[in-house]
Amino acid sequence: MPNSVLVVGGGIAGIQASLDLANRGTKVYLVEELPSIGGRMAQLDKTFPTLDCSICILAPKMIECLRHPNINLMTYSKVKEVSGDAGDFTVKVVKKPRYVDAEKCTGCGTCTEKCPIKVPSEFDMGLGIRKAIYMPFKQAVPLVATIEPENCLYFTKGICKVCERVCPSKAVNYEQKSEETMLNVSSIILATGFDVFDPSSMSEYGYGRFKNVVQSMEFERLISASGPTGGHLVRSSDGKEPKRVVFVQCVGSRSQRGELPYCSSVCCVYATKESILIKEHVPDTDVYIMYIDMRAIGKGFQEFVDRAKKEYGVKYIKAHPGGIAEDPTTKDLQIHYEDMPTGEMKRLTADMVVLCPALIPKEGNKKIAEIMGLELDECGFFKSKDKLIAPVDTNVLGIYVCGYCQCPKDIPESVAQASGAAARAAETIMCVSNEAKS
Amino acid sequence: MREDEEPRIGVFVCHCGVNISAVVNVPEVVEYAKTLPNVIHAEGNLYTCSSDGLSKIKEAIKKHKLNRVVVASCTPRTHEPLFRDACEEAELNKYLFHMANIREHCSWVHPKEPKKATEKAKETVRMAVAKAALLEPQEEPEIDIEPSALVIGGGVAGMTAALSLANQKFTVHLVEKGGELGGKLTELYKLYPNERYSSEILEEFVQAVRSNPNITVYTSSTVKRSEGFIGNFKVVVNHDGKEKDLDVGTIIVATGADVLKPNHMYRYGECKNILTQLELEQLMKEKKLGKPQNVVMIQCVGAREEKEGGRNYCSRICCAIAVKNALQIKELLPETEVSIIYRDMQTYGKDFEEYYKKARENFVQFIRYDAETPPEVFTRPDGKLGVRVHDILVNATLELDTDLVVLSTPLVQSDGAQDLSKILKVPLGADGFFLEAHVKLRPVDFATDGVFVCGTAHSPKTIAETIAQAYAAASRAGIPMAVKRVRTEAITAFVDESKCTGCGICTKLCPYNAIQKDERGVARVNDVLCKGCGVCAASCPEKAIGMRHFSDAQVLAEATAALGGS
Repeated sequence: MPNSVLVVGGGIAGIQASLDLANRGTKVYLVEELPSIGGRMAQLDKTFPTLDCSICILAPKMIECLRHPNINLMTYSKVKEVSGDAGDFTVKVVKKPRYVDAEKCTGCGTCTEKCPIKVPSEFDMGLGIRKAIYMPFKQAVPLVATIEPENCLYFTKGICKVCERVCPSKAVNYEQKSEETMLNVSSIILATGFDVFDPSSMSEYGYGRFKNVVQSMEFERLISASGPTGGHLVRSSDGKEPKRVVFVQCVGSRSQRGELPYCSSVCCVYATKESILIKEHVPDTDVYIMYIDMRAIGKGFQEFVDRAKKEYGVKYIKAHPGGIAEDPTTKDLQIHYEDMPTGEMKRLTADMVVLCPALIPKEGNKKIAEIMGLELDECGFFKSKDKLIAPVDTNVLGIYVCGYCQCPKDIPESVAQASGAAARAAETIMCVSNEAKS
Repeated sequence: MREDEEPRIGVFVCHCGVNISAVVNVPEVVEYAKTLPNVIHAEGNLYTCSSDGLSKIKEAIKKHKLNRVVVASCTPRTHEPLFRDACEEAELNKYLFHMANIREHCSWVHPKEPKKATEKAKETVRMAVAKAALLEPQEEPEIDIEPSALVIGGGVAGMTAALSLANQKFTVHLVEKGGELGGKLTELYKLYPNERYSSEILEEFVQAVRSNPNITVYTSSTVKRSEGFIGNFKVVVNHDGKEKDLDVGTIIVATGADVLKPNHMYRYGECKNILTQLELEQLMKEKKLGKPQNVVMIQCVGAREEKEGGRNYCSRICCAIAVKNALQIKELLPETEVSIIYRDMQTYGKDFEEYYKKARENFVQFIRYDAETPPEVFTRPDGKLGVRVHDILVNATLELDTDLVVLSTPLVQSDGAQDLSKILKVPLGADGFFLEAHVKLRPVDFATDGVFVCGTAHSPKTIAETIAQAYAAASRAGIPMAVKRVRTEAITAFVDESKCTGCGICTKLCPYNAIQKDERGVARVNDVLCKGCGVCAASCPEKAIGMRHFSDAQVLAEATAALGGS
């Protein structure tokens, strides 16, 4: 009966669950499909309602995972097979080749500087660039370069090899193969997080067609000091500071017509936070939030919204816009909406619009559910064993769930639920081992 | 290192790849460091934190007999533990290590001014070296942890936490002030989102708790006194009028919340047909609802408003409760008209949004009002109740006949919270609820080690959220108890007894209650409770309190170096 747990997903929920278990002496395998742990929280500029710098409070936890003697960090890896039962799961994990020896790489960045191939950075939501050999962000953990063969000149055309030549540690290895590892664990915790709904399918908002319509994850990178503009908020059409920014809530969420039926739970308050950030950067910017219901439901959130109104002068309009039009010359935007209190059709001009799209479960949940015999709900979230009394349990004994992949929730709730899943995993270890003894 | 030994300082300046070196001239900083007093060795590293960089620190400690180490690189928040470990591996006490942040404080913030950034980096290193020369070795006391927990509150949060800890094989003392376990579950009718009877769930929980051999339940009991610290709390519980001593390693606060009584709001208390949601649940539970033809529910009564007696926060669950109770009424009495008058419908997430949709499909009427024009409850000429409301969605004022007015009021801090906050020395927030150590990342910890919070004592939340959070508290409390020993802070305050006049300023200001006056009236610091914040040292009028690792001499040396002196 192994005193070990598999955690799937290296965002804040997976990190918290891993640290709780590792700190009590349990061996943790933390599997993350991307080259670095950190998840969505690493991409955020600041967090509500305290306006803490997101990466500044997250990075110490990421480093703790890396250094913890009880945590085996398995990045760039995926779970492929699971067999067995609670107390004795056998798991096959496959690690993709980075084509860089992680033991030798010091993360010095020479290769990424010299690599000639520029690729849109996923971390910067495609707004900045990275190279074909890259580290996703400055505080990446582990800080190890990864070659993406799809874009690398050596892999596509058999030429270049600049990274190999310049690497001072001789860490580049084009022959690296994927690796399989078999694990034996007592419990499994799922913390796969969320993706962002692509608003380009809602053509009335012009996302993808109008340069100055962005979505909120892009906005986080645009306002972040570590982002592609160095935290200088500018419109992509002309590089000018926007004088009026309008946030649109419920883009694809709470939809009556087939997008996502649910409320994403965090958008009202993160839009409030993003509004405050604009006001802090350029105080005379006009900022509007168009919403259906203002859902400031967490601890201190309503107070935060009240502050945004009173101290910062953010304007809230009860409205769900019907459409956005672009002025072809100025690239300014016109938002058409019905003003709920008067029923009048109104227009508001803005030079930037931030859409707050639904946050959706990861596509990969389906595969995980299939491998592990888990149930998903109709939207693709992992189903709790009982919505009322067993929120972190799943239909399979010994497999627990936490964070956004269970249902929409904010960071504190994800952290709490992650610790909760860790408690359940610890219980499983104690109970199954006791039953085995008796 | 002996006290009479001369400081021998090694300085390691990190390039951080290009993060520092693209702006700061690292070789120049290294050469500068070599000129500083007591510096025996200085070198630059591509990445001081890489395994190569760390072995260089260890080699240099041995080779140059270094007794102090300074790394000039990034932030101690992320990297100090790593460098401290390297020092310890080379048999140097880790408190003889000091860090200078030339990335966040120099290269990252002054990317366009490389010359000035380099000068600033030099000054930062000079400060660090000045402090390092005066550093002293420190020890972190280790303490044993009693593997038993006290859970305060026998509602769903307390019972869940107790069960989880018991399943983790710890001894649990569950203290409930009421005569029975169950908390608010005893008062509710059916529960969302799956509409199971509260009584049914309650029975399952109580049965599990009562039959668990690791849990001892004390009903009709309250916590009277508590002293001690993580691993070693001594708690006195008043159990049925008798005092009982409990020695526990950790404490979980799960005391729940009360429902605001809407006195003087919407004519509550004037007639029995104006009641709260909780009172409505009791009517349904006791099958005394009768046959009202019209029911009107008003949301945000005393919530999200700063009016007298109200609370400015959103209580999170009232909208979903109203939707649930509206649907329950519709199920019991399909002909009854139910209207919900709301400001913003807080049916967040997935299940509640579905629930809201279901209510609309079942012809529950939703009317939206603005905080500026709240609804009004009045008596019609025929003696029946009416509600007048301006519906902002149709921009018209409506008058609704009603037999029952149900007021949705927020959850508020429970009765005993103030007292318990004082007994356990844990804080309450401006909203009256218990205040956690960090809103984002430590949602169930208190700043005081070994004490945790969960459920509605922390803030309004649903039963499922309460259960998840109770498990979280059980995880956090379980960690030190599983490990059985913890190391505590070495950076603590100490009192020079010859200078202390016993004025008591420090004992009042200490946020961790770590200072008490002893029998002679002299301040005494409890090293385990002290977090080294320095409030006492800064406020002591006699300068009788010193801080380990942040002595006046060290801080002044750093400041003098910053100003260019030596």
